[in-house]
Amino acid sequence: MKTYDAIVIGAGHNGLANAAFLAKAGLDVVCVEKNEYIGGATVSRNLYDDWIYSNCSYVCSLLRPEIYRSLELHRHGLQVTPYGGSLTFMQNGDYYGGYHDPEVKYREMARHSRHDADAYERFSADTMRQCRLVRDFLLKTPPDPTSFKLRDLRELALLGGKFLEMGEDRMYETIRFWTMSVAEYLDEYFENDVVKTSLSGSGIIGTALGVHSPGTAYVLLHHYMGDVDGNVGTWGFARGGMGAVANAIAGAFQAYGGELRTGAGVEKIVVKNGRVKGVALENGEEIDARVVVSNMDVKRTFLKCMDQSDLPKAFHDRVSNFKIRGSSGKVNIALDGLPTFPSLPKGSSLYHSDMHFIDSMERMERAYDDWKDGTWSKDPYIDMLIPTLIDPTMAPTGKHMMSCFVQYCPLQIEGRAWTDTERQAFGQTVVDQIANYSPDFKDLILHMEIRTPQDIENEIGITEGNIFHGELTMDQLMFNRPVPGYAQYRAPVAGLYMCGSSTHPGGGVMAAPGANAAREILFDLKRKNTVPENFGDD
Amino acid sequence: MTDRYDAIVVGAGHNGLVCASLLAKAGKSVLLLEANKQVGGAAITRPFADGYSVSAGAHLLYQLQPEVQKELKLNIKMAADNLSTIVLSANGRHVRYCGDEVSGVRQKDVDSFAEFHQRMTRYADLLRTAFNKPPPRLGTTNKKDLLSLARFGFDVRRLGKIEMREFLRLIGMNIHDELSERFDNPLLKGGLSLDAVLGTHLGPRSPNTIMTYLYRLAGNRGRLALPVGGMGSVSDALAHAARGAGVTIRTNMPVKRIIVENGRATGVETEEGERFSSLTIVSNADPRRTIMKLVGARHVETRFTHRINNIRMRGNAAKLHLALDGLPTIDGLTRKDFGERLLLAVDENHVERAFNPAKYGESSPSPVVEMTFPSFRDESLAPTGKHVMSAIVQYAPYDLKGGWTDTAREEFRQAAIKAIAQYAPDIEQRIIASELLTPVDIEREFHISGGHWHHGELTLDQFLFVRPVAGAAQYQMPLDGLYLCGAGTHPGGGVSGAAGRNAARVILSGGKPV
Amino acid sequence: MSIQEVPQGRLRSPFYSRLQALDTLNTWHEWKGYSSADALYCAETEYFAIRNATGVFDLTPMTKYRISGPDALDYLDRLVTRDMQKIKPGRVAYAVWCDDQGQVIDDGTIFHLREGEYRLCSQERHFAWLTAAAIGFDVSVVVETAEVAALAVQGPTSFTVLSSMGLEGLATLKPFGLRHFEFAGTELMVSRTGYTGDLGYEVWIAAEKAELLWDALFAAGQLHGIRAIGTHALDLARIEAGYLAAFEDFLPADTTVRTGRSRSPFELGLDWLVDFKKPNFNGRKALAEEKRNGSTWRLVKLDIEGNKPAHHAYIYAKEKRNKKEIGFITSAAWSPVCKQNVALGTVRMPHGKTGDTVWVEIFYQREMHWTRVMAKAVVVDKPFWFPPRRSLTPPDPY
Repeated sequence: MKTYDAIVIGAGHNGLANAAFLAKAGLDVVCVEKNEYIGGATVSRNLYDDWIYSNCSYVCSLLRPEIYRSLELHRHGLQVTPYGGSLTFMQNGDYYGGYHDPEVKYREMARHSRHDADAYERFSADTMRQCRLVRDFLLKTPPDPTSFKLRDLRELALLGGKFLEMGEDRMYETIRFWTMSVAEYLDEYFENDVVKTSLSGSGIIGTALGVHSPGTAYVLLHHYMGDVDGNVGTWGFARGGMGAVANAIAGAFQAYGGELRTGAGVEKIVVKNGRVKGVALENGEEIDARVVVSNMDVKRTFLKCMDQSDLPKAFHDRVSNFKIRGSSGKVNIALDGLPTFPSLPKGSSLYHSDMHFIDSMERMERAYDDWKDGTWSKDPYIDMLIPTLIDPTMAPTGKHMMSCFVQYCPLQIEGRAWTDTERQAFGQTVVDQIANYSPDFKDLILHMEIRTPQDIENEIGITEGNIFHGELTMDQLMFNRPVPGYAQYRAPVAGLYMCGSSTHPGGGVMAAPGANAAREILFDLKRKNTVPENFGDD
Repeated sequence: MTDRYDAIVVGAGHNGLVCASLLAKAGKSVLLLEANKQVGGAAITRPFADGYSVSAGAHLLYQLQPEVQKELKLNIKMAADNLSTIVLSANGRHVRYCGDEVSGVRQKDVDSFAEFHQRMTRYADLLRTAFNKPPPRLGTTNKKDLLSLARFGFDVRRLGKIEMREFLRLIGMNIHDELSERFDNPLLKGGLSLDAVLGTHLGPRSPNTIMTYLYRLAGNRGRLALPVGGMGSVSDALAHAARGAGVTIRTNMPVKRIIVENGRATGVETEEGERFSSLTIVSNADPRRTIMKLVGARHVETRFTHRINNIRMRGNAAKLHLALDGLPTIDGLTRKDFGERLLLAVDENHVERAFNPAKYGESSPSPVVEMTFPSFRDESLAPTGKHVMSAIVQYAPYDLKGGWTDTAREEFRQAAIKAIAQYAPDIEQRIIASELLTPVDIEREFHISGGHWHHGELTLDQFLFVRPVAGAAQYQMPLDGLYLCGAGTHPGGGVSGAAGRNAARVILSGGKPV
Repeated sequence: MSIQEVPQGRLRSPFYSRLQALDTLNTWHEWKGYSSADALYCAETEYFAIRNATGVFDLTPMTKYRISGPDALDYLDRLVTRDMQKIKPGRVAYAVWCDDQGQVIDDGTIFHLREGEYRLCSQERHFAWLTAAAIGFDVSVVVETAEVAALAVQGPTSFTVLSSMGLEGLATLKPFGLRHFEFAGTELMVSRTGYTGDLGYEVWIAAEKAELLWDALFAAGQLHGIRAIGTHALDLARIEAGYLAAFEDFLPADTTVRTGRSRSPFELGLDWLVDFKKPNFNGRKALAEEKRNGSTWRLVKLDIEGNKPAHHAYIYAKEKRNKKEIGFITSAAWSPVCKQNVALGTVRMPHGKTGDTVWVEIFYQREMHWTRVMAKAVVVDKPFWFPPRRSLTPPDPY
């Protein structure tokens, strides 16, 4: 029987990126995917007529440009178009628009608070400074602080050096930034509630934390540090939906000679004599390889697809306690036309922006309280946008597609599975909140896909449907991610690696974990590295 | 005509007393000014009803640093030592813990608890070493700072690879997750989460709460004691030590301002207009009060002022004092159990739910409570046969929406009593008198801005290198001659004396790192 | 009911109608959200209006704050590095303000309008900083950028122009003095200040009277060579005068992301503005330390040989380029009035002492091809253009 150089389990964007870099180095790689389609949560689905839903991830900004360039994704059909701005509808009938143009943004901010408009520049500079600190480490393997290996010490020194270079005062600011809540971070700069609220959303998206939970300031960064063509903080749409990202990476992978198998779910990772041997598929087939890389989250990899006896107990326990929390849902809607928002003037550029319907920090935090109580937020934080305004390929001419990311939405309702009635009620909560600001919206709905964390887990396989494959809290970041001592992509079984978002630097359609894991694998196999380095100072 | 001292300490809280004593012991002439008629700040015993006295602020002693006791040769008589904690259950099946032992739970939890406690005390001991020295400055080339940093790094590394990783992982985590990973018993989880959040604006799900839990253990490994005569006697012992060392203590002397001349602190002026001069002014008042009220923004920098102004220090813990005509009845408690520390927290979610309203400026309708009956161990506090109950009730946010009006106070008092009555149904009939101290009252009585125990929330962003604020963590304020020695500085609040001692050491070394 | 959006395009100053009427080039840029003309007829002609007659520049987009209240003086004295006690009513102070680390946030002018009432005028917006600085002071800080229209009236005939507009008693107004006049039923403030290094004034009025003021001014100036000017002419004049521009010659400290990109007043050659004798001011401790330990950078005025402007050039200590560069040029121009190749630059200490010779690497293009020259440059300490008429009181009528 054939023995591959490497099997990558899961054709999510990280699995594909990993497979592509391995194949680029000349390895014989097969990527197996349980679904009939590839992409994992980076996917476009045609679920209703001619409408295309990016039904999990929905925007593209974190995708590392180094990877984009190195894999020549443009040759494989990827095109990312930036879109601008954000919008928060207010209960008093007003709105707050985060315009793309800096001066217009300034004016709008000043309309709500002159102080905050002037404070924004400092806020941006301070946040950018933290961004720069982090961005340099996205395409690096986290050093192990307990190790005395030259490589770890060098990386630690580099990290330390970056930190020292900031100067005393900014070092303190950095310590504070990494430990504080997004609400408190924003309080340091701003006074106006709606201004703060509109900025705070990024601090909680995808986490099981509230805006007042310490550590959420970092999460803000995690969403901010992306860029489109060097414009940091800008978001973009992949033309044709997020599936285009996965397809392009898969295209690169195949161009390098990789083999892609869909409908091939993995039952078990086979270990023999303390070394990985290959995988056993759900259909009974076994595939052998010298290296197995899992793009699945760590819980699924080690708790579901492996025998406990193959793993050290301490590692197994840590993985069991790794926090992957289902905290967000998704509602995708096919629309017969463009809904109108009467408080916005016709033709406003804000129609093209991310829309939100929560206008106070208190409402943000209360949404979280519902989740803690084991139910979905009755007044949720929705990140809504209409991609068809930028990318008309997503729906038939004149029709529209709406994507709603909804927080908070638990894995289970008060500890038991969702009923269908509850799922519908959850969808209705979202529709009602939007309809409060758009009276014609409900009548335009043709089809609606409601996805709870449970649905996402069932379909994609991510534990609890968490977009980051694990909470982005300090205890699960950098050298702690996914498990202290195992942050360098190597599992405790020889030949087994992790390349999903459970590893550093975490989730979002970044492809950095996949690339970093490839670098480590190639290092272990003494192959030439194909993974690009950071572009550097920007 | 003004008197001139080597140092003037403003405020005779326990840290002020410790600091003044150590300075005096080193041969300095020290003047200690206290606004109230009694020394001790929030560590005092005072009457609250005819014949009934109580430790009005802190009511248990568990953090006093051995170094402080030793250096000041304190002799504090304990009415009780090594108290157990009993988490009350409505059906009488209470959970008790003390040290690394727990009872009333399944064997699995018993084992788990021992391991948990051992690990936590190991980390707490590590923190304790850090607490007893000033935090090093970052980014300087000063050898002592670098050495101090290196030593802390070394101490962490000395834990061993696995423990070090675990420490780095846990330090930012929330107590809720750690407890749910380890334990099954809801009361145990409730009690431990309450331990972690007492005195803070945090719920058990807030990241950082492992740290606040460790903080609690970082004195005497969490060992609880009740001094004879209440906490006031700790302060009396400290005052005695201070006088013995030659400190001039003057009470009823509220300080109006710190005098600044030519860019340095040169003395203080009291409300009555009396002036004292010294080139070393040490404030035991909280950082905000010290800078904004006593010094004035004019004499310090803008960003520094902004930071001081932004210190999160909104208190959430209320004190409830009850004068009782006898001990209440609590199902499943023996009489001697009333001498222990009683907690009311059904489970960790109860604590979190009690916290929720505090985020929105509302008080908890179903509060969590830490309760003691100090008179049970110490008869001096109440008439014979009568008793005193002293409780910390959370959450009662300082900035209550609509303010702490009489109605709001009564509502919260009722909520607290109702919470207690669920376990002690006859409590209400036994009440002779009661006193509720909300954070607003604590602010008024003890002059702590925001009525916060710790003079500033104890979260990682206000901890160690950045406590009280960035660039001023070494007790020295950015105004020559001005120092802080209170709970607002490293390591934080609790009757530990660590801040006062560290400050004294910095001052004695001439403001250089020690 | 929809709520009208804030203006989506560039704002128009209250003088826009007048500027537009005179404009022949249609070349505008954005300045703090406003449309501002690069030039209206010909940048060169406009420049010579400043040096030879009167150039009028629309200053309205400059950020303006009204500062008043019982603690106004204390507040400003803590804010800026110079002694504000010395600035009496009717006087104007050029000042810089620093962050806690002694790094320059911005420079600007502070007008002591009347007892206890001030106007602070700067290029950048600082309301957040000014608000933070107000913590603990009984002071009111109000933004009045849009409410106050302002013009710079600069050049040798400017005194004559303003006098013939009927402003009596202007003759005794010394440099950095201000005086209030009555105009069209409102108050017109005239200050003898400017950004050109020449005789000149700035006039300030309520926005709704802006056009009236413009018309009166141009009527009065008709016989004295008055001309509206754009930014290009002004920028050239300010380089000749050795004045700094934010985002050119320094960056506001609170907007820098990278460490070491901000500058202290010493590093900008503004030592004379830092007064250690006065009570505490922001950045004092850090600046005292820098004074003791020395600065990292020095701002230099360079007189460069040849006639190729040294835009964006590196500065070297030696002609041979084997050494690392010691700094770079931040502003450069060929000075028509001095017939000199002038520049402002920043160099590492201890380089750049007055009289030192340095080398500037200039790239220039002729007919598509690029050429590199190493030009010798001398560090000078005086402004390149400093005519006696600039400070003569009373000014000579022209």
